[in-house]
Amino acid sequence: MKKKRWLFFGLFVSIMLLLSGCDSSSLIVLDPKGPQAKTQSSTIIFSILMMAFVLIVVYILYIIMLTKYRASKTSDDYIPPHIEGNKWLEFTWIAIPVIIVAILSVVTVKTTSAVESVPAGYEDQKPLVIYAASSNWKWHFSYPEEGVETVNYVNIPTNRPIEFRLYSYGPITSFWVPQLGGQKYAMSDMVNTLHLLADTPGSFMGRNSNFSGKGYAQMEFEVQSMSAGDFSKWVDDVKKTAPKLTEDKFNALLKTSYVGRESFSSTHLGFNPPPEMDMSEGHHGSGSSDKDSGSETMDHSDMSNMEDMGSMEHGN
Amino acid sequence: MKWDEFFVTGEPMIYAAMVSIVVVSLAILIGLTYFKKWGYLWREWLTTVDHKRIGVMYILSALIMLFRGGVDALLMRTQLAAPEMKFLDAQHYNEIFTTHGVIMILFMAMPFVIGLMNVVVPLQIGARDVAFPRLNAVSFWMFFFGAMLFNISFVIGGSPDAGWTAYFPLASLEFSPTVGNNFYSLALQISGIGTLMTGVNFIVTILKMRAPGMKLMRMPMFTWSVLITNVIILFAFPVLTVALALMMFDRIFGSQFFTMANGGMDMLWANLFWVWGHPEVYIVILPAFGIFSDIISTFSKKNLYGYKSMVASMVVISLLSFIVWAHHFYTMGAGVMVNGFFSITTMAIAVPTGVKIFNWLFTLQKGKISFTTPMLYAMAFIPIFTIGGVTGVMLAMASADYQYHNTMFLVAHFHYVLIPGTVFGVLAGMYFWFPKIFGFRLNEKLGKTAFWLIVVGFNTAFLPLFFLGLSGMTRRMYTYSADTGFGPLNMVATIGAFILAIGFVVLCYNFYWSFRYSPRDENGDPWDARTLEWSTPSPVPVYNFAKVPNVKSMDALWEAKVNGVPLYEEGPYEPIHMPNNSGQPFILGVIMFFLGFFLVFSWFIPAIIAGIAVVVMLALRSFERDHGYHISPEEIAATEQKLRGDSV
Repeated sequence: MKKKRWLFFGLFVSIMLLLSGCDSSSLIVLDPKGPQAKTQSSTIIFSILMMAFVLIVVYILYIIMLTKYRASKTSDDYIPPHIEGNKWLEFTWIAIPVIIVAILSVVTVKTTSAVESVPAGYEDQKPLVIYAASSNWKWHFSYPEEGVETVNYVNIPTNRPIEFRLYSYGPITSFWVPQLGGQKYAMSDMVNTLHLLADTPGSFMGRNSNFSGKGYAQMEFEVQSMSAGDFSKWVDDVKKTAPKLTEDKFNALLKTSYVGRESFSSTHLGFNPPPEMDMSEGHHGSGSSDKDSGSETMDHSDMSNMEDMGSMEHGN
Repeated sequence: MKWDEFFVTGEPMIYAAMVSIVVVSLAILIGLTYFKKWGYLWREWLTTVDHKRIGVMYILSALIMLFRGGVDALLMRTQLAAPEMKFLDAQHYNEIFTTHGVIMILFMAMPFVIGLMNVVVPLQIGARDVAFPRLNAVSFWMFFFGAMLFNISFVIGGSPDAGWTAYFPLASLEFSPTVGNNFYSLALQISGIGTLMTGVNFIVTILKMRAPGMKLMRMPMFTWSVLITNVIILFAFPVLTVALALMMFDRIFGSQFFTMANGGMDMLWANLFWVWGHPEVYIVILPAFGIFSDIISTFSKKNLYGYKSMVASMVVISLLSFIVWAHHFYTMGAGVMVNGFFSITTMAIAVPTGVKIFNWLFTLQKGKISFTTPMLYAMAFIPIFTIGGVTGVMLAMASADYQYHNTMFLVAHFHYVLIPGTVFGVLAGMYFWFPKIFGFRLNEKLGKTAFWLIVVGFNTAFLPLFFLGLSGMTRRMYTYSADTGFGPLNMVATIGAFILAIGFVVLCYNFYWSFRYSPRDENGDPWDARTLEWSTPSPVPVYNFAKVPNVKSMDALWEAKVNGVPLYEEGPYEPIHMPNNSGQPFILGVIMFFLGFFLVFSWFIPAIIAGIAVVVMLALRSFERDHGYHISPEEIAATEQKLRGDSV
């Protein structure tokens, strides 16, 4: 049995070596590129440290008990005593976990509130709104203010809060860009809001993380963050070169299972508006939906006006 | 419907499965006829109401389902071993992870746990059977035929492919048009009703059938865990029943509860599913806690440390288990208040669970620990399950969960809870109580070999998944590209899965070896154990206790052995009243199978006929007068003489 234990130990060590041999930067969740993901990765690391403490306490006790009290180490006539319990010991291992849970609860509520709102320090900036909608098995990104739409890739300016509004043309999907922040569901009957921000330029993997059928494994998209100047240049490029997104074209797109990247110089929000209810923002009445549908009608009917506004903004 | 739609076609592995199903069925039929065992099978097993035999059938079914679910797991791991593998296509992979989840939870973990309950609980409380033996047989056959209905889906009609959680609208007719998810709703419904009846049966059994002096606070910890588990079943399973009924209406009768159109609410399904689903996790883990408690106490030759806090912690866990369900979908966008609340309730479960871990550790203190196979599983459980537990606390933190949700990190976490918890628990329980039922122990050497293979294989298979999750690999992906860098760790995990599988092969070989060669037990107490079940001879006679034991303390058998406190009063045997066998539960199960099968394919005329047959069966039972039979004192004396030799 001794030999087997060493075998087990050796195997465990070799696994650990193998794991540490992996490039640590491949743990992309712990390699954040924006304030939201940074909050989350430091929360994760903090909880790992707390939990490592718990594990060490349990493992030390475990090793002591198993080495000291095995039958082979006691005499044949040893009779273990009858022990009911110990009030103080039992109190200790209730009280300490309660304290740990209390600390973690405070951290959780604080960080959850942080990642559910516009990143700290960027509140005074007007967020860039991007509607992200999933359909079997692709992602549509619409920029209502810029009046452009893309499929399976999304470009964003750095250091500007992005407000993703998520919904789905089918099964529940989950919009996830690990290096910018955690995920949120996109559903067919409501719009969810996800606040992200990239503080460095680069290309990040994004994907649907909620199983949605046959093409789920391929449901990836690329997020490219770039300087504000590059971003407005890209918008202008798309507006000049890309075709308009007509209703027919959009409906055909919805029916196609797999497509590559596409760009359009108008959005589908006008003729195929997102669901009205927006639970995450907390408005339920008709007020918000009036406002939303109002702005959408404007997007649609008054596109040229919007374009001017967009370019003015980028000119600043 | 055409025949080529009825049978699943076009997949060589499935053709092979069909052929092997036909061959095995024929072999069983021919074997039974050749050895003239039909009558034996019917009289001794199919019609039995004996809790021990029903328990054995539950465990046997669970082992077969473990094989099926395990093969599913190996197929998945093979597909994921390297980038861009072409072993399975997306559809096939989706079906396999769905059936793996459903089978492992509902048709492996549940029946294994319920099987051990059946075998052990009446013996631990000094009862002669459960409170409603006939109902118990109905429970078993409902489970069994529900499981069979689910399993035929992969050759007839196609397996469900929307995950074991069957989230809508993916599981709706619009996105999942095959009959696969009809199988899901009906098979789970039939076996779920069986489980609900088990819940009622065992609550009554434990509350009303205890031997004189067996106060609640003198019950063995396994019985306590079973009592609490069945209370959870009683409150959680009706939610599943309702959810599955709504699902069936949506898919078969065109209602719109969860659909995308006409105001259906997809997240309502998710809520209902997890209001049942989270307590379900505790339904399979609490009995394992009970098993480990009894085993740790037995093999350290000490009473359980902190008995009262052990009971209290299970009660607290059972209450908390009902108010944590939303942690399965923090990412739904419910906001900081809701997610904060569910984060805190979820983390709170760590406190009573921690109490249990420390109590087990202090049971070992000053003990005399012997490392038998069941004890090895209990000792592997503590450190490995603690990893599962602390990662559970990490997942409970909503802000961090946005990064873990739906990733391999989550997959690693729940396997780190369910395998060392539930699977090690039921395996430990099986090794521990096996001699009670069959009269001999499983071979220790083979048992330990299997144990080490399983422990090493398990860690090799699941530890890498934590890191894959943090690298951005989501669950349920049937393939990934090489430039993701997921390849090497996935290969390690696959190797681990195959080591685990070899461990299970050794475990099965142990049955064969031990049946042939293991020495038979003499006194019914091979482990020098502490509780009432070990005071009966092995194998246990049909009436369990020749005389009803008289319990004066906790660990009554230990007190009898060490301090000479007598368990049984002097005096002659009295006649024992026993229930009669009945074929009705089996027949009812067969009818339910066909009712479910016809509904799956929307064949309504046959379904209505089967439905009427169910009502007829229930009516027959209501008008039946069956008062059971009595075993005479002479027969008891003869049986005891035979089983115990001259010592009584």
